[in-house]
Amino acid sequence: MRRKRTERFLTIATVVFVLIFWIAITATGYFSETIIPSPQSVWESLLEVSQNGYKGHTLLEHLGTSMQRLVIAYLLVVVTAVPLGLLSGYNSKIRAILEPLVEFYRPLPPLAYYTILVLWMGIDESSKLALLYLAGFSPVYIACVAGVLRINEDYINGAKTLGATKTQIFFYVVLPAALTDIFTGLRTALGVEYTTLVAAEMVAATAGLGWLVLDASNYLRSDVVFMGVIIMGITGVLLDWMVRLAEERIVHWKGKD
Amino acid sequence: MTGATMFSKIANLYKKLAKKDELITVENVNYRGEEPVVEGEELISIHGVNLSYSSKNGSIKALENISFNIYRGEFICVLGPSGCGKSTLLKILAGFIRPTAGTVKLSGTEITGIDWHRGVVFQHPPLYSWFSVRDNVAFGPWMRKIPKSIYRQQTDEFLRKVHLAEFADKKIYELSGGMKQRVSIARALINDPEILLMDEPFSALDALTREDMQNMTRDIWQDTGKTIFFITHDVEEALLLASRIIVLSHHPGRIIDDISVDFSLQMTEKNGGDIKFTPEFYKYREKLLRLVNS
Repeated sequence: MRRKRTERFLTIATVVFVLIFWIAITATGYFSETIIPSPQSVWESLLEVSQNGYKGHTLLEHLGTSMQRLVIAYLLVVVTAVPLGLLSGYNSKIRAILEPLVEFYRPLPPLAYYTILVLWMGIDESSKLALLYLAGFSPVYIACVAGVLRINEDYINGAKTLGATKTQIFFYVVLPAALTDIFTGLRTALGVEYTTLVAAEMVAATAGLGWLVLDASNYLRSDVVFMGVIIMGITGVLLDWMVRLAEERIVHWKGKD
Repeated sequence: MTGATMFSKIANLYKKLAKKDELITVENVNYRGEEPVVEGEELISIHGVNLSYSSKNGSIKALENISFNIYRGEFICVLGPSGCGKSTLLKILAGFIRPTAGTVKLSGTEITGIDWHRGVVFQHPPLYSWFSVRDNVAFGPWMRKIPKSIYRQQTDEFLRKVHLAEFADKKIYELSGGMKQRVSIARALINDPEILLMDEPFSALDALTREDMQNMTRDIWQDTGKTIFFITHDVEEALLLASRIIVLSHHPGRIIDDISVDFSLQMTEKNGGDIKFTPEFYKYREKLLRLVNS
């Protein structure tokens, strides 16, 4: 318990230190507002943008647009990459078909194939969703395959000696045994999708946090850029925390057996 | 103890078992209407079994010309040095692997794969952390689609048998090593398998827990009359549990001895551990130790 309190203190102290350092360095007046805007001006731009909006959309609308893209793509990843990954781990033939495809596009930088997606799917939402989806798919798929391959053979043989069928083994043994890895994949995917979001909003978007930051940087509005980046950071941490909370609830035995 | 008294003891076991059967008929919907148990009925016949692994340096022989029968109600301990292929033999009986040559038959039908008629207790119990103790024990009948009302009752009964009734709703990670192994035994027994295959189940436990587990296993054998096939490298464990001991030689595994012993029955009869210190026990122990280490 005592250790935990120390660590929480260290975390809070770090955040406070960074804030103070930020205030101090801008108070010297050595750097221009364009290089490092002061916390006050970032705070003011936050108030301004949340009240008057930025280029036709309120801050919540920008955030909402980004979140909508992220969440839709993420849910698509969850419902497709998890079952396909698990099946690939369970069945070597399915793996032989899917693995080369995933292994090929996985190391590609998202922007490299984004142009192709735009050519195929048009410049609006669907190509953005497709980009986020592909970015999130591979980490989840790979984690699921690894999760299944890592399962001790005795778990599966044991279930067979107790009379379970292949389908039952998949749902009652393989799926739960791979949950720890599934969640590792899901958390990685969330991070990757978030990074890709800005790239997706670079082309022909008119709203979204990523677009807001890029647009503001074109006009050297560093205060707005900083604000956008900080909001992205906080929402990123919150999203990751939500996935972690779900993991703790679902994989209650993690690290205990 | 003479052979005659031992047989009468075994006959008594069968009577107990016959009484149990009535219960099973009512409770277990998958009951297949077995014939009444005949003394010394052949359950498993192993004939000319060989097993070789292929490796870089050609094929390696793990088992060579293994032939013996397992009779209903026997407690067989397979004894041998590590690497003699005794676990491999258990895996063949369980159906995890097929022998390279020879046949293994259960009640006349060849064993070609894994099914629930042969329950397995592993050295490291592969229990499912995502289920409670109760659900782990109920796993077999639950998967076999036996009505819940029936298997709930059976689960409680088998949890009591392994002295875990008050731990039913615990999580697996809350149990000690010995308790985990008891869950694993209950889980295998609830399916009422023809034979219980145990692969060095107590070798990872401390000495005190091991003795508890041995006593419990012996009691279960005598109460249920279940046939047990038990792998061990511990000579004393084999002598204290088995009704018959099969000794395998060091690599490749061949049967070098096959003896009947009655220390296990004496243990329950005299209800004590001083059997270990009798001259007869010593004699057997020395003989088996020499065989295993030869």
